[in-house]
Amino acid sequence: MNQQKELPKEFYELLEQIQAVDFVLVELTLYLDTHPNDLDAIKQFNNEALKSKKLKDQYEAKYGPLMQYGKSFSYYPWNWDDAPWPWQI
Amino acid sequence: MWYYEKKLQYPVKVSTCNPTLAKYLIEQYGGADGELSAALRYLNQRYTIPNKVVGLLNDIGTEEFAHLEMIATMIYKLTKDAKPEELVEAGLGAHFVNHDHALFYQNAAGNSWTANYIQAKGDPIADIYEDIAAEEKARATYQWIIDVSDDPMLNDSLKFLREREIVHSQRFREAAEILKEERDRKKVF
Amino acid sequence: MNFTQTKYYYPYISPFDPCKPIRVKSYSTPPNLYLGFQPPHSPQFKTAREALFHGTLWPSLASTYPPKGERE
Repeated sequence: MNQQKELPKEFYELLEQIQAVDFVLVELTLYLDTHPNDLDAIKQFNNEALKSKKLKDQYEAKYGPLMQYGKSFSYYPWNWDDAPWPWQI
Repeated sequence: MWYYEKKLQYPVKVSTCNPTLAKYLIEQYGGADGELSAALRYLNQRYTIPNKVVGLLNDIGTEEFAHLEMIATMIYKLTKDAKPEELVEAGLGAHFVNHDHALFYQNAAGNSWTANYIQAKGDPIADIYEDIAAEEKARATYQWIIDVSDDPMLNDSLKFLREREIVHSQRFREAAEILKEERDRKKVF
Repeated sequence: MNFTQTKYYYPYISPFDPCKPIRVKSYSTPPNLYLGFQPPHSPQFKTAREALFHGTLWPSLASTYPPKGERE
């Protein structure tokens, strides 16, 4: 019997928002690695980091932990290793 | 150490079951200029390069693993439920008899990944110039894969990866400039 | 942007070349070849989503790869 739950449209939308904000953080990280004194870029970086944290709190409350080894809290039962994995969705 | 995050860097969608495209994409999985080579090259070079560019090698190396996962996702989705005869037809018969549907670190021609693909010369200029060249070669490989792919959804993700090679090349070029700067003159007492 | 991202060349064509000749060949010359050290405060894409789908935060580094027909 197929017991898998289908992911709602909102899941994909929220994931895309996280991917977008985290992408800006990747770009700013590499930029700051070669431009360490750009204060405005650092302010933007910290601002985006805060946005990312808020979006991830929202995501994790609905769909489970994004990270482990203690970087995310766990619900009961342990749901970190629940499918689907990123390559499966 | 590293932490895994349960998401892809960029959405990966493919339109059809297409093992032929998967066969080509393996080039960027376990090929000379692929994502595995890139990740291992940069993370290995970072131990013996001046501190002012270590962070960049560390962070680009880390991003390359996210790209490796995207390529794996494409290959996985393009071949997931393909029947053995479909794999044979796509030129993946030899792959199937050795690996079934499993991924393997090899190039499109079936040669296993080898450390000979990457260099660590210990000379900062030689290493950074190798990295710039590696990014341009990976960009070219993405172009040739896009040229033979007729899957618009897959091409969207491949264009993202091509653009990342351009940004990485830009940062490595900046790293070369940083290494050339006169500011850290040898102190003579 | 005062540079083009595609360059062209005209290979020699021999009467003994068996494949139908491609008279004009092209190759990519993306913006990282021209930018130099990226200046601070370069304009950014307006939204994070736009940046994601361009693969870069900065339009000055964005590169397109047009389909083959449009490059020849």
